[in-house]
Amino acid sequence: MASPSARFIFEGRTASPGFARGPLVRIDQAPRTSRPPGTRYEEESALRAALDETADQIATLAGAAGGDAAAILEFQLVLLEDASLIEPIFATIAAGTAADAAWSQGLAEQIAEYQAAPDEYQRARASDLIDLRDRVRAALIGGTGSCDQIPAGAVICAEDLPPSRFLEIDWSEGGGVALLQGSPTSHVAMLARSRGVPMIVQLGTLPRSAGTALLDGGEARLELDPTDAQVAAFETRRVAHVRASALTASLLTGPPATCGSETVGLHINIQRIADLDHPDARYADGIGLMRTEFLFADPAGMPDETTQLSVYEAVLHWASGRPVTIRTVDAGGDKPIPGFTEDGEANPFLGVRGLRLCLKRPEIFSVQLRALARAAVQGKLKVMFPMVTLPAEFIAARELFSGVVAELRSAGTAAALPELGMMVEVPAAALTIDAFPAAFFSIGSNDLAQYVMACDRSNGALGALIDPLNPALLELIRRTVEHGRRQGLGVSLCGDMAGEPRCAAALLRCGLREFSMNPASLARVKQSITAFGRERAP
Amino acid sequence: MTKSRSVINDRVAPNPVNAEGVIKGSVQLIHAVGMHARPAVKLVKLAKRFQCQIAMRVAGRVDWVDAKSLTKVMATRAARDSIIEFEASGADASAAVAALVTLIAQDFPDGGH
Repeated sequence: MASPSARFIFEGRTASPGFARGPLVRIDQAPRTSRPPGTRYEEESALRAALDETADQIATLAGAAGGDAAAILEFQLVLLEDASLIEPIFATIAAGTAADAAWSQGLAEQIAEYQAAPDEYQRARASDLIDLRDRVRAALIGGTGSCDQIPAGAVICAEDLPPSRFLEIDWSEGGGVALLQGSPTSHVAMLARSRGVPMIVQLGTLPRSAGTALLDGGEARLELDPTDAQVAAFETRRVAHVRASALTASLLTGPPATCGSETVGLHINIQRIADLDHPDARYADGIGLMRTEFLFADPAGMPDETTQLSVYEAVLHWASGRPVTIRTVDAGGDKPIPGFTEDGEANPFLGVRGLRLCLKRPEIFSVQLRALARAAVQGKLKVMFPMVTLPAEFIAARELFSGVVAELRSAGTAAALPELGMMVEVPAAALTIDAFPAAFFSIGSNDLAQYVMACDRSNGALGALIDPLNPALLELIRRTVEHGRRQGLGVSLCGDMAGEPRCAAALLRCGLREFSMNPASLARVKQSITAFGRERAP
Repeated sequence: MTKSRSVINDRVAPNPVNAEGVIKGSVQLIHAVGMHARPAVKLVKLAKRFQCQIAMRVAGRVDWVDAKSLTKVMATRAARDSIIEFEASGADASAAVAALVTLIAQDFPDGGH
C-alpha cells in the first residue's frame, strides 16, 4: 500500500545534483493582459524603450555575474540588436498592431522554430527567447517580474527558468530549482551545475501551492509538505551525501583500484554527450560503453554520416587518449525506432533487434560504420556489436565494416578498422564464447540475466528472481572472463551490476578486472573494490 | 580546445576577387558542437564590426543568410565539419571575409577585440 504522503512525491530528471529544503515558491508567468494600442508613433517608441530597458537589465546581470553567465546572456543581448528579428516586428506595428502583441507574435515564430529543432540543445535555446519575450512584454505592460520577494533558501518552481531569472535570485543561503519542463542541456542547467544549485527538470505537474519542499537533485525527487519522518530521512541522506562527496573526491583522485597485484579498470557508460558533464566522469579510465541509440531517436529521420562523425569525434576528443568503446546501434527490444525497427513483433526482446536488425538493414548500418571508421583514425576507438548470437553474425558485421573502410580509403578519406568486440548478452554466445573471433568482450549483464532467468526485467513482480548475484549468471560471467584470460582478450562488464557496490566482490571473484558504469557510481564501486582488494592483499 | 588540429591552412580557401567586386571565402567549421550559441554570437559580433554586407551559407545549400543576424546564423544549424561560405561586398569586404574565416578556422578563440 502506498504511504499517505506518496501523492506529494514527484519525480523528474536530474539537471544538477544536491539537496535543498525550503519553502516552495512558484514564479508565475508574465501577466497575460495586453495594453490598448496607441498611435503608431507611441507604439514604436514604447517598444524601443522596452527593448532598451531589457538590454540594460540583462547587461547589468551579465556584468555582475561575469564568466560563463555573461557569455550565456550575451546571446540574448545580440538577439535584441538583431535587425532581422526586430524590423519585422516594427513593420507589424506600422500595420496597426499594438507593441506588445506585435512583439509576442514575432517572438512566437522564433520560439516555435527552436522548439521544433531536432536536437535537444537547439530546443533548449527556446527558453532564452521566452525570457526575452516576457521581459520586453513586462517592460511594455508594466509588470514587475522581479524576484525581490523570494525568501532565502527557497525551492523555486516554474514551468521553465531562464538564465537571467536564475541569476537574479540570491542563492547564497541555499535553495533549489524544480521545473515542470526544462532540460538538462539548457543554459540554466549549466549555470546551476557550475554554481552547485540543485535542480530537477521535467517534473510534469505540481500542485499550485505547498509549504515546505524537499528537493534531492541527484535522485530527481521532490517531496512536498513532508511528514517529520520524511524530513528526518531527507536530512540523513543529505548528511550522508556531504560525507560521501568529500570521500568521493579523495577516493577518485587517489591511486587506481587494485585487486591483489592487478589493476581494476573503472570505465563509464554514457547514453549521450551530456553525460560526460558529470563531475566524476573525468576520473574514469575510459568509456566502456557509449550507446548510440540517441542518435537514431531524431523524429526527422536517421542521422547522416557527418552528424554521427561529429558526435564520435567529440567523445574521442573528450577522452583525450583514453579508450572509447562505442556500441553500434542497439535498436529493437524496448527501444523501437520508427522506420528502422520491425513493427508488430509479438515479443520484441526475442525479435529482430541489435546486430540482427543491422545486418538486415545494411543501408542504415553502413552509415554508422562509415562514421565510426572515419572517427577511428582520431583516437583510441573500439567498436562492439550488440545482441550477437552466432559467430557468423559477428563475421558478417566485420566483413561489412572492412568493406566500408576499403571504400573510404579508395576514395581518399582517412579511415581505419577499429578493434572489434561484441556484447555478451545472449546465453548461446556466452556458452560458446571461444567460437567468436572478437578482439574483446563486454558482458551486458542486464539482458544476459533477463535471458538466462527467463524474466522480464521491467516486471516488478519478478524482482526476486532477477537478482544479478544468481549463480547461473555469475557462472556465465566467470566462463567469459576465463576465456578472455586464456586468450589474452579484454573482458569488461557494462550492465547495472557493475555499478552496484554489493556486486563488486562477486564480480572480482569471477576474475573480472574491467567495470563500466554510470559516472555517479564510480566512487562507491571503487571503494568496494579497494576494500575487497585490501582483504585479499598478500 | 582543439589545438591538436593543426590543419587550419589546409582548410582555408583563398579569397579571390571576382569581376563584380564580391569577396568570397570558405572555411571548415571545426567547432566540436557546430554552430551553437557561443560561436554564433562571436561570429555575428565580428561581422557587425564591418560596414560591408556579408552573406553566409553552409556549402551545398541554396539560401544565403545575413551574417550579421544572430537569428539567421543560428538557424543554419551548421554542423561540425560543414564548410561555411562567405560573400561580402563593400569597402571593407576583404578584411571582413578574412576576419570571419580566421575566426572559424581558429575555432572561435576567446578574448577577441
